[in-house]
Amino acid sequence: MSTPWPRASAPGRTPTGLTQGGRTGAGIGASTLRPDGTLKATGEFAYSSDMWHEDMLWGCTLRSTLAHAEIVSIDTSEALAQPGVRAVLTYDDLPTEVKHYGLEIRDTPVLAHGKVRHHGEPVALVAADHPESARRAAAKIKVEYAELPVVTDEASATAEGAPLVHEDRHDRHAHHVPHPNILHRQPVIRGDADAAAARADVIISGEYVFGMQDQAFLGPESGLAVPAEDGGVDLYIATQWLHSDLRQIAPVLGLPEEKVRMTLSGVGGAFGGREDLSMQIHACLLAQRTGRPVKIVYNRFESFFGHVHRHPAKLWYEHGATRDGKLTHLRCRIVLDGGAYASASPAVVGNAASLAAGPYVVDDVDIEALALYTNNPPCGAMRGFGAVQACFAYEAQMDRLAAALDLDPVEFRQRNAMEQGTIMPTGQPVDAPAPVAELLRRVKALPLPPERQWLAAGAGADVRALPGGLSNTTHGEGVVRGVGYAVGIKNVGFSEGFDDYSTARVRMEVVGGEAVATVHTAMAEVGQGGVTVHAQIARTELGVRQVTIQPADTRVGSAGSTSASRQTYMTGGAVKNTCEAVRERVLDIGRRKFGTYHPAWATAELLLEDGKVVTDGGEVLGELADVLEGESVDLELEFRHRPTEAFDLRTGQGNGHVQYSFAAHRAVVEVDTELGLVKVVELAVAQDVGKALNPLSVIGQIQGGSTQGLGMAVMEEILVDPVTAKVRNPSFTDYLIPTILDTPTMPVDVLELADDAAPYGLRGVGEAPTLSSTPAVLAAIRDATGLELTRTPVRPEHLTGT
Amino acid sequence: MRVTCTVNGREQRADDVWEGESLLYVLRERMGLPGAKNACEQGECGSCTVRLDGVPVCACLVAAGQAEGRDVVTVEGLADFARQRDGSGEPGELAPVQRAFIDAGAIQCGFCTPGLLVAADELLERNDSPSDADIREALSGNLCRCTGYEKILDAVRLAAARGTARTTGQGA
Repeated sequence: MSTPWPRASAPGRTPTGLTQGGRTGAGIGASTLRPDGTLKATGEFAYSSDMWHEDMLWGCTLRSTLAHAEIVSIDTSEALAQPGVRAVLTYDDLPTEVKHYGLEIRDTPVLAHGKVRHHGEPVALVAADHPESARRAAAKIKVEYAELPVVTDEASATAEGAPLVHEDRHDRHAHHVPHPNILHRQPVIRGDADAAAARADVIISGEYVFGMQDQAFLGPESGLAVPAEDGGVDLYIATQWLHSDLRQIAPVLGLPEEKVRMTLSGVGGAFGGREDLSMQIHACLLAQRTGRPVKIVYNRFESFFGHVHRHPAKLWYEHGATRDGKLTHLRCRIVLDGGAYASASPAVVGNAASLAAGPYVVDDVDIEALALYTNNPPCGAMRGFGAVQACFAYEAQMDRLAAALDLDPVEFRQRNAMEQGTIMPTGQPVDAPAPVAELLRRVKALPLPPERQWLAAGAGADVRALPGGLSNTTHGEGVVRGVGYAVGIKNVGFSEGFDDYSTARVRMEVVGGEAVATVHTAMAEVGQGGVTVHAQIARTELGVRQVTIQPADTRVGSAGSTSASRQTYMTGGAVKNTCEAVRERVLDIGRRKFGTYHPAWATAELLLEDGKVVTDGGEVLGELADVLEGESVDLELEFRHRPTEAFDLRTGQGNGHVQYSFAAHRAVVEVDTELGLVKVVELAVAQDVGKALNPLSVIGQIQGGSTQGLGMAVMEEILVDPVTAKVRNPSFTDYLIPTILDTPTMPVDVLELADDAAPYGLRGVGEAPTLSSTPAVLAAIRDATGLELTRTPVRPEHLTGT
Repeated sequence: MRVTCTVNGREQRADDVWEGESLLYVLRERMGLPGAKNACEQGECGSCTVRLDGVPVCACLVAAGQAEGRDVVTVEGLADFARQRDGSGEPGELAPVQRAFIDAGAIQCGFCTPGLLVAADELLERNDSPSDADIREALSGNLCRCTGYEKILDAVRLAAARGTARTTGQGA
């Protein structure tokens, strides 16, 4: 590896625009196909790890082997001396005074300085001419550590004399938290929980434990940074939010934002794990230093250290209810482990606190949610974002309350279900449809899957339909069935007063005698199908057939994040909003050109349909191609959802959320009680989506989200050693996600009750199905086994007691 | 070392290959064929599934040297491969399984898609009307994180049904 590597002629690969024709009827509400489908099916779609540039170098990150340690010294001389190595960087090489970044709080060093705070923290960077050269050079960097004691949970983090994860906090939460190792704390207090508890006929309390889940997107963190002649850098990257990355990257590089030109490359899934930066700054720094393009691609092992995870949580819940099955009160305490750096923890705390009561009417609540700073891996955004952990606990409580009252668990939930007009624990009224009882009714009304399906094919047991599957562990002996229900509530969009907006640029012109539209946004397409609905919206609003979706980049204004179930609402809303303005301009042109020919130009309400200008009565006034001949309309506009408020720091009161999203699940499981193996036989779901802009994509989101919740119920957990705070299973061999054999049939019932405040009445759909899936599976396993099961994921030993 | 093999029907050569490089690395970084994907690089996820002398393998687990003189089919060559095998379809047309994945909504982020397509095509090659259990078994080595697999099952069923319809139409 000592010689430079000549390469076969490989093409440079960059993201391209996606042009899709189609009937004008392929507007909103149709299940149009993905415009990037063919590229993805042929292997041509350019993911961030596929980026290639002549003369490019490969970057590699050296990460800490300890969770908490002082860095005594770093010796890079041997690494630098290795042939093929072009640069080695440490904290001391950072070019400006800005050496930290972070989503909400800039507490994360670009490279470790003085100490490391978690296992796998980046310490040094190498650029070399082959990835193996870079890895070997990184291994030659000598870092001398002096180990420090770790804090790993609430007790150790808040113990007297506990080491502080961050000694000198000046962030906006520092002044109101009870301990410097508590990152943020949000109470929600409403009514009088103590007085209400006195009215309760039954009181149920319990402690619940939620493990650390990984997003496990398939496309590892990767990208290509290309130094530009103007001293700037072009970055091809997989992310959820280009402009948030940009805001964090540019100051560290010492560049104005306009000199960091970012283009979204193909994104292999995200699920929250790409909200934070990973290799973005590192690749740019190496490119600046070497003057050569630098590509960094994490492998799966590194990916487990390269992004934040879902917060593990300990939750204590107490509910009371009267004999007639009405909730009296809720007291709860949710402790989230934020790990070593803040990431999105403050917002996760806000969600957990404000949604802690679930989709139920509870007037008297005393809620507390907090996130810790510890030396565990940093945790932040993952699909469901704080609402997931709470849902696991409150749904377990609902089943226990129903049992104590001798009520059917669905009936009990329905008696307490919120509806439009319900006041949330935050004091915010639910002012759009909230069909919680109806969603439960729908999943319960579905026929149950037949018993003993492993005998369906005749002749003997088909082990593929049994717990343990092809491991051939049972032919039905010791297998029992259980059924469980759960329902959840998730907020849509960025909350708590955040100025959440998106931007869309839309151009309309005549090409080849036909009016066509071009849509340009910075929305990160991560697989959800935003590009599909943008084309649909443009067709609906502009009456065109052909729409081109330009690659997302930073030449257009921010689209906000592809998270919080918000992109169809927000960037879909932005595309709609800009299209409406474009349409008005087009009609102005039409009036100018043709207004004298027909009075309807001035008097009627005009629409664009099927390439024509028509009146609302259906009369054709002219061809769009004629109106636009020799002209074009090109507008870039911002779109905002209604404003929200911060939650009061003492009482949690405030109109903090934009919109809510609801899903309910029924899980049917079969459990091999002798071996503790679980087979989820069916996972039925009903969800209100307001308006399904693309039903095929909506169902795909619901099934995908449900499956991630299933994984959390029975297999997915990052194991962190409680003594060393080191990650024990950073691989797909040891961190399991559901395969097609683990995943059941998932009937989906889509309800469409419009939210009048949202574009087309739609509701964000991506996250809600991830909430209730996990507790429904847990409830089904409890039903099958009679066990209490207060932690997720459930492991075989929890079922066998061994 | 030098590695020479047939990839998608064409002889390909890579020079100065380090012995530790995988077939996946050589395909992606030296032969300009990034279709096979690098999701785990330890044989757990199936995203890099290619055919090696007809057998579906994880290209990340095959040392590049092992491919010397052998025949490799990647997702980039799947349409041609299927057309020659099936004796139907026009040049430039997608393979039936590719068309079915698009039509059924089986593609979201698409990172698992190349491996799944190669595996699903191989399943349909040996079993033209697989049961759901057969499909699940054949694709159990291919992880997908987006779809929950329901649409992938739909896609394979659709490809099988279209294949049966086609051969029935031909009087086969």
